[in-house]
Amino acid sequence: MIERLVAALITGFARLVTGAQARWIGCGPSGEQRIYYANHSSHGDFVLIWTALPAALRARTRPVAARDYWDTGELRRFLIHRVFRGVLVERGADPRTKDPLVPLIDALDRGDSLIIFPEGTRNTEEEMLPFKSGIYHLARQRPGVDLVPVWIENVGRVMPKGQVLPVPLLCSVNFGAPIRLQQDEEKQAFLDRARLAIVELRKGP
Amino acid sequence: MTAQQQTLYLLAGTAGVLVFATLVGQVLRWRFAARGQGDNPVIVNLNARIYAWWVMVGLMGAAFVFGKTGVIVLYGLASFFALREFITLTPTRRGDHVALLVSFFIVLPGQYLLVADEQYGMFAIFIPVYAFLILPILQALSSDTNRFLERSAKVQWGLMIAVYCISHVPALLLLHIPGYEGRNVLLIAFLIIVVQMSDVLQYVWGKLFGRHKIAPELSPSKTVEGFAAGVSTASALGGALWWITPFGVWEAAGMALIICVMGFLGGLVMSAIKRDRGVKDWGHMIEGHGGMLDRLDSVCFAAPIFFHLTRYFYTA
Repeated sequence: MIERLVAALITGFARLVTGAQARWIGCGPSGEQRIYYANHSSHGDFVLIWTALPAALRARTRPVAARDYWDTGELRRFLIHRVFRGVLVERGADPRTKDPLVPLIDALDRGDSLIIFPEGTRNTEEEMLPFKSGIYHLARQRPGVDLVPVWIENVGRVMPKGQVLPVPLLCSVNFGAPIRLQQDEEKQAFLDRARLAIVELRKGP
Repeated sequence: MTAQQQTLYLLAGTAGVLVFATLVGQVLRWRFAARGQGDNPVIVNLNARIYAWWVMVGLMGAAFVFGKTGVIVLYGLASFFALREFITLTPTRRGDHVALLVSFFIVLPGQYLLVADEQYGMFAIFIPVYAFLILPILQALSSDTNRFLERSAKVQWGLMIAVYCISHVPALLLLHIPGYEGRNVLLIAFLIIVVQMSDVLQYVWGKLFGRHKIAPELSPSKTVEGFAAGVSTASALGGALWWITPFGVWEAAGMALIICVMGFLGGLVMSAIKRDRGVKDWGHMIEGHGGMLDRLDSVCFAAPIFFHLTRYFYTA
């Protein structure tokens, strides 16, 4: 109950400050399982994607977030576990001893959709950073799930890294055409293609 | 006539115009649909505009019912949405964050609180003096010198247009005009009706008779015929509304003419900014019209001039 109230407050606030306009350019809002992957410049990012999704989809879409940031303090823990129902991953874990993708695969196997940020960290530059390889391994292990590129416009200006108060600016969330890993596609080629799909969306419809 | 009676007549007249416009819009829709062109974009847009007018007139009417507070809150919100649209289209950098927070959360409410508190002296200089000097200081303190002059100029411009200029509409309530006490809300009605009817009539006459484009690079839909016929009919309407103003018939028509010309030229300036930024509309808030600034661009330029002319010539 309290979780839904807090969620409504957060999405309502995000709408008031940013407008949170969803532009479905390459696909429509649909209930099928998806991995939304987006550019990352602010903590507001997944909140905005989350707000832009229709309520029915929002309930089945979980943001992937870093455990070292979110699993500290009661408030953050409450928000990420109870409100956003986030999937927490270890950053900087040694992939030889523990596969950091296990919780993501588990969530996909339960039928949930995911929101991921393949740049790996909040970016303060104009250009997107090169993608980390996690998205490639996800696509390889679950090849039947569509990957939807998402360009989030302006959120980095609403709340830049290191700032706490948001400036109200109109933000839009552009959803592009889904991609999948092709047969025999090399890791780097796929990462470049996935990144380019977001860059293309930046130009708008 | 008492102020209440005048307000009532005005509301009845406005509702009558809107009912007429709605009927015309629906008849046009039926006729185009009968010819299999039910999705004609001009007609769809026309009806969306008329519908939005009902909402806007309703909001204005509701604000008038609540008197001074209602008007200040309404235009304060309009300023907020307008400033948000302006800054959204303006590339700012991380170093501007504090200056933007101050603009949105201190300068904007401060300006409207000064109207509420009837502090004319401070109201008139708050943004041109205090904000003008303090915002670039905040931006300089961030030590980001990249495109500094451009960035500080854009924040200033946004505040001047979206907050300072628009706040002159509710500031009309501050004027003490001998023999016109308690009726200042009607002065706001006069300004808004003339400015908006000028836009509407220019659009209508332009669509009906427009041949020669007046500023093709800036605003391809504006024509010489639309401008001339729109401004003259809206000025005549202003003259016909003299009974709600402290002006005589010819004075009211003259004021309306100035309002219309300033509104038209203001629309051109705001179009130039949009073209510079490569967009057609400021936003998408008001169905059929675009954003808040698309609807208020002419008000921004007309309101301060109307305010100061009235203050100079008619207040004691």
